[in-house]
Amino acid sequence: MSAKDTILRRIHTALRDVPPAERPEDVRVARDYRLTDDAPRAEIVQQFAERVAEYKAAVRVVREADLVATIAAALRARGISRLVVPAGLPEAWLPPDITPLRDTPPLSHTQLDTSEGVITSCALGIAQTGTIVLDHGLGQGRRALSLLPDYHLCIVRAAQVIGLVPEAIGMLDEAAHAGRPLTFISGPSATSDIELNRVEGVHGPRTLEVIVIV
Amino acid sequence: MLFVLFVVKKVRIVKPQSVLIELQPLFEKNAPKALANTQLRRNMGKATQTIRGKRAAVVDEMPDWEALREAGRAIKARTLRHLDSYLLQLEDSVTRAGGSVHWARDAAEANAIITRLVQQQAREVIKIKSLTTDEIKLNAALADAGITAIETDLAELIIQLAGEHSSHILVPAIHKNRAEIRELFMRTLGVAELSDEPTALAAVARTYLREKFLTTRVAISGANFAVAETGTVCVVESEGNGRMCLTLPDLLISVMGIEKVIPSFQDFEVMLQLLPRSSTGERMNPYTSLWRGVTPGDGPQEFHLVLLDNGRSDVLADTVGRQTLNCIRCSACLNICPIYERTGGHAYGSVYPGPIGAILTPQLVGVEHARSLPFASTLCGACYDVCPVKINIPEVLVHLRGEVVRQQQDTGGLRAALEPENLAMTALAKLFESRLAYEAAQQAGKLGQLPLKHDGHISWLPGLLGGWTAMRDLEAMPDETFREWWAKRKAEG
Ligand code: SF4
Repeated sequence: MSAKDTILRRIHTALRDVPPAERPEDVRVARDYRLTDDAPRAEIVQQFAERVAEYKAAVRVVREADLVATIAAALRARGISRLVVPAGLPEAWLPPDITPLRDTPPLSHTQLDTSEGVITSCALGIAQTGTIVLDHGLGQGRRALSLLPDYHLCIVRAAQVIGLVPEAIGMLDEAAHAGRPLTFISGPSATSDIELNRVEGVHGPRTLEVIVIV
Repeated sequence: MLFVLFVVKKVRIVKPQSVLIELQPLFEKNAPKALANTQLRRNMGKATQTIRGKRAAVVDEMPDWEALREAGRAIKARTLRHLDSYLLQLEDSVTRAGGSVHWARDAAEANAIITRLVQQQAREVIKIKSLTTDEIKLNAALADAGITAIETDLAELIIQLAGEHSSHILVPAIHKNRAEIRELFMRTLGVAELSDEPTALAAVARTYLREKFLTTRVAISGANFAVAETGTVCVVESEGNGRMCLTLPDLLISVMGIEKVIPSFQDFEVMLQLLPRSSTGERMNPYTSLWRGVTPGDGPQEFHLVLLDNGRSDVLADTVGRQTLNCIRCSACLNICPIYERTGGHAYGSVYPGPIGAILTPQLVGVEHARSLPFASTLCGACYDVCPVKINIPEVLVHLRGEVVRQQQDTGGLRAALEPENLAMTALAKLFESRLAYEAAQQAGKLGQLPLKHDGHISWLPGLLGGWTAMRDLEAMPDETFREWWAKRKAEG
């Protein structure tokens, strides 16, 4: 008997007490936790910005008209001139004095590793937890792009910010069914493994900066 | 119902031993050693207190926490009661997305599958911390095949470089202070100069491992969840080493216990709230990666998922013990446990320490191999209160204690049944089954011990029970019992 058959048979035997007619839906899962946050939009966006900042990520909230100047200032402050730019990111966002590194043809891991930073958009932002979600679609690039560079600048539109985790999962359902990879990012990479001191920046980008367009 | 587990255990000849670090983990032998190590005790105390406080803060801000816990419990109950169909659905979803699914009855089978897959491509693999791979002793199996496994979590790396075992599910190197880590890095990684600043220590690990991430072609991970409906596998982490392992190599192998499957993608809305808050005490952990099979042009182009039984189907068969498989390995029960706080993880002699280890390990390997573990608890119930998937750990402990006693009597015949320890255990098991009786006995004990108590210790017990005190120094029952202290502590908030 194959391992698969053995395991399935063991499980079947183990579940003797489950009536044969029971269907999974018969085991009730009450979803009476909060499903939506009905706070005013402005408050939700405000909470998002605050909670991202609590993870020690720099957050700037700006009007669309000031976006390019803000991006330019952020990059200048870190001395970044060569920036990884995923396909589909609005060209208008790019300050004139940077040299974009495009992923067509695909950049090598070494090129990404030695780049100075990456700019991406995102799929959505979760206010409750201060989380950015990437579905690696247009403007976000494949997963390695937002992983290997030491600096990640993420642009979030206020309209993409939702209140609660269940709202986010609902909006990501389609992407999940399409089999897209998803990355949830809450602050820069961190460890508490040395005497429980939180140290920001182990393997992922050591600096995460977020610009929210309102 | 109690006997279901018992019968299954008796007919089985080979039990998976690998969950145990040593063949016979004796909590009562290891615990005194651990208690004597002050560094360990200080670190454990600080660690558990810190995490406990953080958890409480982020749980308290959730008005719907109890509803989420209940949903978490119900999702796992639904999964476990229909585990076979969910596993088949998962296999189908992953396979259709270009992944391969393997089934492993036990540790040896899982190790053989993984070794074969790796051998075709590499002599070195990078790994993400995974209790499941610890459980099957994968690294040793790979080493036997001439394959080096490099642990990439900072704490795991520290432990691996030091040649030790982990002492905490979440912060495995909790027993090492920064001076020790600095010394270890300088000795093993050939760093000439290094301060003991945590940032500097983390930077050394970053540099050392970056080269490995960029050059190693095979990665091995565990899995926190896998969705039957969509084939989505999920890894929750902090440092980014997980993302590296899941993204950069050509071949990815993920190993998961069969109980880690969840029915639908929607179930993440519960689990991704429960896990980080219970685990690291954060609203969300830094990184959560979700993927399905193979994504063309993004990440590993070959993906294998290994589904591991290794005793889990036996746990499933016990209707009391079944809930143990709800566990999402958050470690909240460790951090709240007064016994764990004082002894640390090594005393349990098991891959799974703390309250969850005390119930999971004996069930996975058979109570006869881990007799003392179900007794490594005061039954205070704090672990149940914090468990995000509502595992009634005290209930399972009491159930297993009864199991230990019944089995000792069973294998030893009448003589064994009349041995003082067995008699005492039988009486204890009866007592533990009822909270009221237990509390009444504690009160009676306080009075009954008066003639024997000297300087807070009892070193001699009359009659048949003398055997017990010959081997251990019995701590006299304090004027205030733990349960009384705990109730008061809780009431005081
Ligand atoms: S038993 Fe509950 S509290 Fe303990 S690790 Fe598992 S899920 Fe967490």
